[in-house]
Amino acid sequence: MSVAARAASLFVAFLLVVGLGVFVALYYVGAASSLPTVHYTASGGQVNVVLQEDPGNDSATKPNWVTYYTQDPTTKNWLHTTLFSVPANTKVNVTIYGFDGCTPLRNNYFSQVQGTIGNTVTVQQFDKNNKALGSAQTVSLINSWGDCSVGHTFAIPGMSLYVPVASPNAQNSKNNLCSSEPCTPTSGGAYAQETFSFMSPAHAGVFRWQCLIPCGGGYIDGNGGPMQTLGWMAGQMDVVA
Amino acid sequence: MATTETSAAGTPAPGSEPRHGLRLFLIWIILSLAATLVIWFVWYPHLPPGRMSDAAKHQQFDIAVLAISAAPVIIFVLLYFIYSIVTWRARPGDDGDGEPIYGNTKVQASWIIGTTVIVLWLFVFGTVELVVPAGAGAGEGPSPIWKLAGTQTTSWTAGSNDMLQVQVIGQQWTWTYRYPQFGGMESTELMLPVDTPITFHVTSLDVIHSFWAYQLGVKADANPQVDNVAYVTAKALGSVTVRCNELCGIWHGAMFNYGHVVSQTSFASWASGVQSKEQSDGILAALPPYALTYDPTVIPQLGKNLTNVIGITGSPGYYYPPSNPVQP
Repeated sequence: MSVAARAASLFVAFLLVVGLGVFVALYYVGAASSLPTVHYTASGGQVNVVLQEDPGNDSATKPNWVTYYTQDPTTKNWLHTTLFSVPANTKVNVTIYGFDGCTPLRNNYFSQVQGTIGNTVTVQQFDKNNKALGSAQTVSLINSWGDCSVGHTFAIPGMSLYVPVASPNAQNSKNNLCSSEPCTPTSGGAYAQETFSFMSPAHAGVFRWQCLIPCGGGYIDGNGGPMQTLGWMAGQMDVVA
Repeated sequence: MATTETSAAGTPAPGSEPRHGLRLFLIWIILSLAATLVIWFVWYPHLPPGRMSDAAKHQQFDIAVLAISAAPVIIFVLLYFIYSIVTWRARPGDDGDGEPIYGNTKVQASWIIGTTVIVLWLFVFGTVELVVPAGAGAGEGPSPIWKLAGTQTTSWTAGSNDMLQVQVIGQQWTWTYRYPQFGGMESTELMLPVDTPITFHVTSLDVIHSFWAYQLGVKADANPQVDNVAYVTAKALGSVTVRCNELCGIWHGAMFNYGHVVSQTSFASWASGVQSKEQSDGILAALPPYALTYDPTVIPQLGKNLTNVIGITGSPGYYYPPSNPVQP
């Protein structure tokens, strides 16, 4: 092979490698940026974030993946995204509807509520007919090993915020989970409604949040799939100044 | 044999050739000495990871010594390269061959002896620096060979020589720390007392992580169901950055938090306070009994391997097993 031919081959190979790298980068960046971001604005110094976690989802490609949904504050529609923004230095009131059943924590330490105002959450259980079961309980601990009580977690490690998200009561959730995601209180599944508040950081920045329960069914030890994918059980909270 | 090649004009006559070896040696010794002084007095105090612990201090010293060991070699190679280009380059019109070389016993012996000395020096120095600081802050596995001096106790007292046990637990994607001498309390914050022998027991609840307490010079892999032991004695107060040093998933880059080295009395006060709070909150009772490793598929309180009792508590109500066959 001539020197010119070898140089041309080398140049083509170089272009292929660079092109592959650019493609992979753009593919992942593009996939991430295709997720919508829900913008929550403050009213009276507070902002209300509403999420739900479901045993499945309405996507065409991964209907069996567990996922979070985020509610648009204007339209009240549920968006399949885990990206949302809140103002800095603002009280954030969070409501999470737990439609998924329970899975134990790997580390039961995270049964303890940490980082919320008062280090507590308030939990109300509902049956499949949307009937409240007992009264709302304000607790600092939801023991995921003591009984079947925690579905997922909402954790922002960068803020030392760790919140176990209650699952529907075990007896009521068994075989009675919502199956038409995104779920609603009247969609026929038992659920838990959990509320808590925390102060957003005083400075702007992006804070990742995640579920600490390995809930990726179908993957080794439950660690893959939705656990590793933005828009499912991993997300970002954008704090804006 | 007659040659058809011509010698370059201006080639020094035999006997007038300068003493290149002496020149090279003098230049080399001066540059090496200068480099050594710069490394030792200017660079060394600022080398990572600093001097916050005995292990870190040794690592900083190691890097400085290795740099000083390497500098003369690098300088010799570069010096010879540059000297050759300047002194022995072909002049215009010189297309003659150099003198044939048939071997030089002095050069060969110098090369063999020099490289042997360097390798043996590195071997001895590296071994001493691994043994003396009790593993140099690295994970030594469940049965460490080089142990740090300290009294093994079930409780820890400030002002004593008690070894403080700290279990480091990695999971996707955060670190927690358990203190068995304080009732097995757990924290997301790494708090350590100064001037205290510390044993880290590093493990993981899911995939492989790596516990890297940068300023302390501690780095140990966190493997599921493995107790990886590392030692350190913090020598200065301050903050410590803890990072995961093993690619472990989507948030690997964000898997870090901070620790603090505080006075022994401050540490005792903090640890007792956390223990009391976790007792009153009920989380201490909800934690599994302290163990050097954990089987993440077994819940000790229930005594059951939940992967084998599918569906008892809801959906899924159990851990996903290691070889979950369904790929959605």
